[in-house]
Amino acid sequence: MNTYWNKPAETMEREEMSNLQAGRLKEIVTRLYRQQPFYRSKMQEQGLLPEDVVTLEDIKKLPFVSKQDMRDNYPYGLFAAPMSEIVRIHASSGTTGRPTVVGYTKRDIGIWSEVAARSLVAAGLSKQSCIQIAYGYGLFTGGLGIHYGAELLGASVIPISSGNTNRQIMLMKDFGTTAIACTPSYALYIAETMREMGIDPRETKLRTGIFGAEPWTERMRQAIEAQLGIKAMDIYGLSEIIGPGVAIECSEQNGLHISEDHFYPEIINPVTGEVLPDGEKGELVLTTLTKEGMPMIRYRTRDLSVLHREKCDCGRTLVRMSKVLGRSDDMLIIRGVNVFPSQVENVLLGIGSTSPHYQLIVERKGNLDHLTVLVELTEEMFTDEVRGLEELEHKIKGELSSVLSVSATVRLVGPKTIERSEGKAKRVIDKREL
Amino acid sequence: MIINQLSVFVENQPGKLAEVLGVLHTHEINIRAMSVGDTADFGILRIIVNEPEKVQHVLRGAGFTVKITPVASIILSDQPGSLFEQVSKLSSAGVNVEYIYAFAANSAEKHARVVLKVDNLNLAERLISGKCETSEAYGDDACATPNFYW
Ligand SMILES: [Zn+2]
Repeated sequence: MNTYWNKPAETMEREEMSNLQAGRLKEIVTRLYRQQPFYRSKMQEQGLLPEDVVTLEDIKKLPFVSKQDMRDNYPYGLFAAPMSEIVRIHASSGTTGRPTVVGYTKRDIGIWSEVAARSLVAAGLSKQSCIQIAYGYGLFTGGLGIHYGAELLGASVIPISSGNTNRQIMLMKDFGTTAIACTPSYALYIAETMREMGIDPRETKLRTGIFGAEPWTERMRQAIEAQLGIKAMDIYGLSEIIGPGVAIECSEQNGLHISEDHFYPEIINPVTGEVLPDGEKGELVLTTLTKEGMPMIRYRTRDLSVLHREKCDCGRTLVRMSKVLGRSDDMLIIRGVNVFPSQVENVLLGIGSTSPHYQLIVERKGNLDHLTVLVELTEEMFTDEVRGLEELEHKIKGELSSVLSVSATVRLVGPKTIERSEGKAKRVIDKREL
Repeated sequence: MIINQLSVFVENQPGKLAEVLGVLHTHEINIRAMSVGDTADFGILRIIVNEPEKVQHVLRGAGFTVKITPVASIILSDQPGSLFEQVSKLSSAGVNVEYIYAFAANSAEKHARVVLKVDNLNLAERLISGKCETSEAYGDDACATPNFYW
């Protein structure tokens, strides 16, 4: 039997959904034009008035918003509600050391909890579930986002946060955890640790995993499902839009249903910005239709995906996005954390007067992502003493981990040893199989 | 005596040291003294050659990170305790020896030669050459001249 958290919304007929979306779009565009300086000036630059947005098609007239806009308006420039109405602030790492800041009103938290609860139900959870939330709590949206959804659903929540794998496994056994929420790579790490501890995952009550915050493949799903003996479900979200719960896989595991009554998706050609038809691969662009604290109009996610609108066998009519197929920029997601090569460049610039050539190598060692940064030693950085070079490595490592929020191994290498293509050093080598 | 040493960054990988030595060989450069300081990932090859500036140019051209570092060179009488005597002069004056290594032995010479990297080269030089005594090191302005090489 199919169950839904919000059946009317999740099985709404297409026409009704389109009408709802168009009405909400018009409303939010009007509100932003009247109250939000950033959006008003963006629309004025295009000579647009709120009256120009009547149908869903009209969304194409509106300009895109990018992560750069968030950085330029740090910290609160994109907020659309007074601080007295903001009840929560989250932040994620940015490229210049400035985090990306998002704010939620009380109603936004309600919407977030709603879409997260929908996600958990679609993934097979219920009031009877006992969910261990091993996403990080704090500024990262992963932990609290799933937490609020699970509480709204009425599941038993274990807010263990990330890390301490042995303890995760111990509690999983002792508390009778039925579902775990974490990154897919961490799930594989847990599986491996259980093997080392001589624990058979099938003897635990674990049945479902809610995995996201980093791209992963069908092959990884098969590995997780086989090793842990569970259903591995993909959850999608990003803090700029709301956090986890923007989209979720259903029992069909054939694409992720987007809660499109709240988040309107488009797929565009990342180079030209042209909107592409359903079934074509491109960059996912999302518009929040109901958010108050920090609405987003046509936010470029940089995630590559494909949209499908045919009705799903699970009964949901909500549009489906394919599993994320990659990125349209050079961002890396390492252990669920966004990492840009330019962040590394900034750190190196802060150490010498010129940035040396560098390269990020990402590998999956024992199921955990590992970042190695190769730095070509310049004569300026070179000291004659081993200790001096070790201190340099140590300093780079320390600054990288504080800027990136991910620890990295730093290796000094000789000049011209980093592979170059057309004179430019290759910045990133991603050895993970995605 | 203060002499110029060449320091070359060498990754700790098979063949890397050989690459440097190969370049020196091709240019018929004779290594008069050498040492390697290393970690698991990299090493610093330190060499004494006849024309350090020229050799630095050659190695740079071959794509190496090279630096000229002034070091102290001491001629020791070839008998027990002579190195100890020099090093204790330095340590009594508060000069720290970062590393030390010997020149290639030459059977014609009756003396041994060592290279010392210290943290206060001018003072070390004066102490070794006997231009000032350990006890004066802190008091005498001339002897305490800070080292401007770095
Ligand atoms: Zn479905």
